[in-house]
Amino acid sequence: MTEALVEVRNLVKHFPLTRGIVFQRQVGAVHAVDDVSFDVLRGETLGIVGETGCGKTTTARLITRLLEPTSGTISFDGEDITHRRKGALKPLRREMQMIFQDPYSSLNPRKTVGAIIGEPFAIHGGADGGDRRRAVQELMEQVGLNPEHYNRYPHEFSGGQRQRIGVARAVALKPKMIIADEPVSALDVSIQAQILNLLRDLQRDLGLTLILIAHDLSVVRHMCDRIAVMYLGKIVELAPNDALYAHPRHPYTGALLSAVPVPNPGLAAQRRRQPPPGDVPSPTNPPPACRFHPRCPKVQEICRQEEPPLEPKGGGSIAACHFPLTREEAEERVASAAG
Amino acid sequence: MSSPLLQVDDLHVRFATEDGIVNAVNGISFSVGPGEMLGIVGESGSGKSVSMLTVMGLTRAANSDIAGSVRFQGRDLLSASDEDLRRVRGDDIAMIFQDPLSSLHPFYRVGAQIVEAIQAHRDVPDSAARERVVELFGLVGIPDPRQRIDAYPHELSGGMRQRVMIAMALANEPKLLIADEPTTALDVTVQSQILDLIARLQRELGMGVVLITHDLGVVAEVTEQIAVMYAGKIVEHASTQKIFAAPEHPYTWGLLQSIPRLDRGRDEPLVPIPGLPPSLINLPSGCSFHPRCPYVRPPHRRVEPELEPLADDPSHRVACLLDSATRRRIWADLQAGLGPQAARAKAKLGESV
Repeated sequence: MTEALVEVRNLVKHFPLTRGIVFQRQVGAVHAVDDVSFDVLRGETLGIVGETGCGKTTTARLITRLLEPTSGTISFDGEDITHRRKGALKPLRREMQMIFQDPYSSLNPRKTVGAIIGEPFAIHGGADGGDRRRAVQELMEQVGLNPEHYNRYPHEFSGGQRQRIGVARAVALKPKMIIADEPVSALDVSIQAQILNLLRDLQRDLGLTLILIAHDLSVVRHMCDRIAVMYLGKIVELAPNDALYAHPRHPYTGALLSAVPVPNPGLAAQRRRQPPPGDVPSPTNPPPACRFHPRCPKVQEICRQEEPPLEPKGGGSIAACHFPLTREEAEERVASAAG
Repeated sequence: MSSPLLQVDDLHVRFATEDGIVNAVNGISFSVGPGEMLGIVGESGSGKSVSMLTVMGLTRAANSDIAGSVRFQGRDLLSASDEDLRRVRGDDIAMIFQDPLSSLHPFYRVGAQIVEAIQAHRDVPDSAARERVVELFGLVGIPDPRQRIDAYPHELSGGMRQRVMIAMALANEPKLLIADEPTTALDVTVQSQILDLIARLQRELGMGVVLITHDLGVVAEVTEQIAVMYAGKIVEHASTQKIFAAPEHPYTWGLLQSIPRLDRGRDEPLVPIPGLPPSLINLPSGCSFHPRCPYVRPPHRRVEPELEPLADDPSHRVACLLDSATRRRIWADLQAGLGPQAARAKAKLGESV
């Protein structure tokens, strides 16, 4: 048994852009995920953060094989699953479940909660009849829903409760891994903590491996053991939680951390937020060499010529940067993260 | 002290719906002066947006029932005719919304939409209005303003669209800007740019700003005053410093303790607020927060608390039936790491009910 549950190597996903209706020709491609490699260790929580369009959701969908990779390999539990055929994916789905962002559109409105949470049993076999009902009610209790609400429909629940239904469905078959894609960003602030605590407890109790995809760096900090930062389809930094927040190495990570508003007016007054100037460039035509160079405060000639490799930068962090942030530069940006 | 720009007194807004009467705003009062920035914080359904839409006259409808008073520079807006309101809206008071894509017309070039906003209030020739748009684009940090003015909304990124919305809001040099979740749909780096922009414009143009948000981080960064809303009421109103350093309402505590924060240790547990926000059709009796409040006592279910100033700091107002000394002890205990139940026991509030 290897330590890594998932091994992703040189994963690429390009979405072709085509012109023409009858005779389609490819005129370009959206480089959604471009040569990404990482491991997910057994039992850990890996965070993937980045802004809209950085490829974090595409990466998740490639791992779950909801999308077909353009190239690269994905192995799960020691087995290459990159090109597994549709029919052979079913056992994989048992081991790997997803929790989605929007608790309103990810539950079938015409099914009862009992049927929704029981669906995995119906598909994969297992508990039947009265056993299934009991299993579902146990699950409901486990995620903090009232088991008496077995016959209710999704619209009778609030957003937070719906997200609990999604969580119950995901853990129903005791998967090895759960991928949660922005599980709390659609929820009210006072409800987010309920769901985050639930995910943490379940992970501990069931020994789950969790991939948490989020744009909120505070949420990721609270939940994750290691964090991958993505920018324009690439991982620019991958580091243990404490290392990332204490000393981000990549200037983009520094910029992201400095941009997070902190609920502390004293700190807010001291600190200078320094968001990177301008917008994220188009993934159709990403900048050559280092993709962050047009917005980077530390840019040098080499950054425009040569792509920096993702390599160790000390403190357990790996980053893809020719001129990683020094400790002083990091502190200036993330005064907020000290502590 | 200068007289306030906007003075809202005991505002109530109700909507008659098929399910019953929705009590969206239940008696709120606040004011905003020139050059001041007020943050209104609350969850969905707390009435924060409806109250500001009402200020703009945008909740007038056959099924709405509005009471109280809204004065802008001394003029009553609630009784103003639609015609008069139209003159105020987009001129003296401007508003920016959460979703810039659905607030811009997809068929018209962004420049033309702002020209229209200018010409709705001022009799200026097209060429002068266009020049003004170029100037505004420069002000809000849109690169190549002369080219971008002819872009369609879909050709711009989310951050750029929000800048266009801000440019449009500023077109007629409003005295008051209402920003309703202006950065919620944006990425964190873009959010940071937009917040800096709003703060800079407020300083440079001396506008009053009302910033509506659910994000405590956002208000901490830019506002001076904060009103926390729950179930259509302001439950706590104080300077930004006080709200974060010495909050006195249990709901504010709940909000502060339930968010993961970068400025705290990562192992500090999140303390969620139990339960759900109340239905606005059947508001709880007494204090609306009582069903979720860890410090509830029997009288709190009957008596409705008023928003009252603290004895030693009249600018800090709280709507809570616990006395201030008890509240301060509980907050100190919570800060020291006690859970809500332990803090309750220590404050001797009796058996939890």
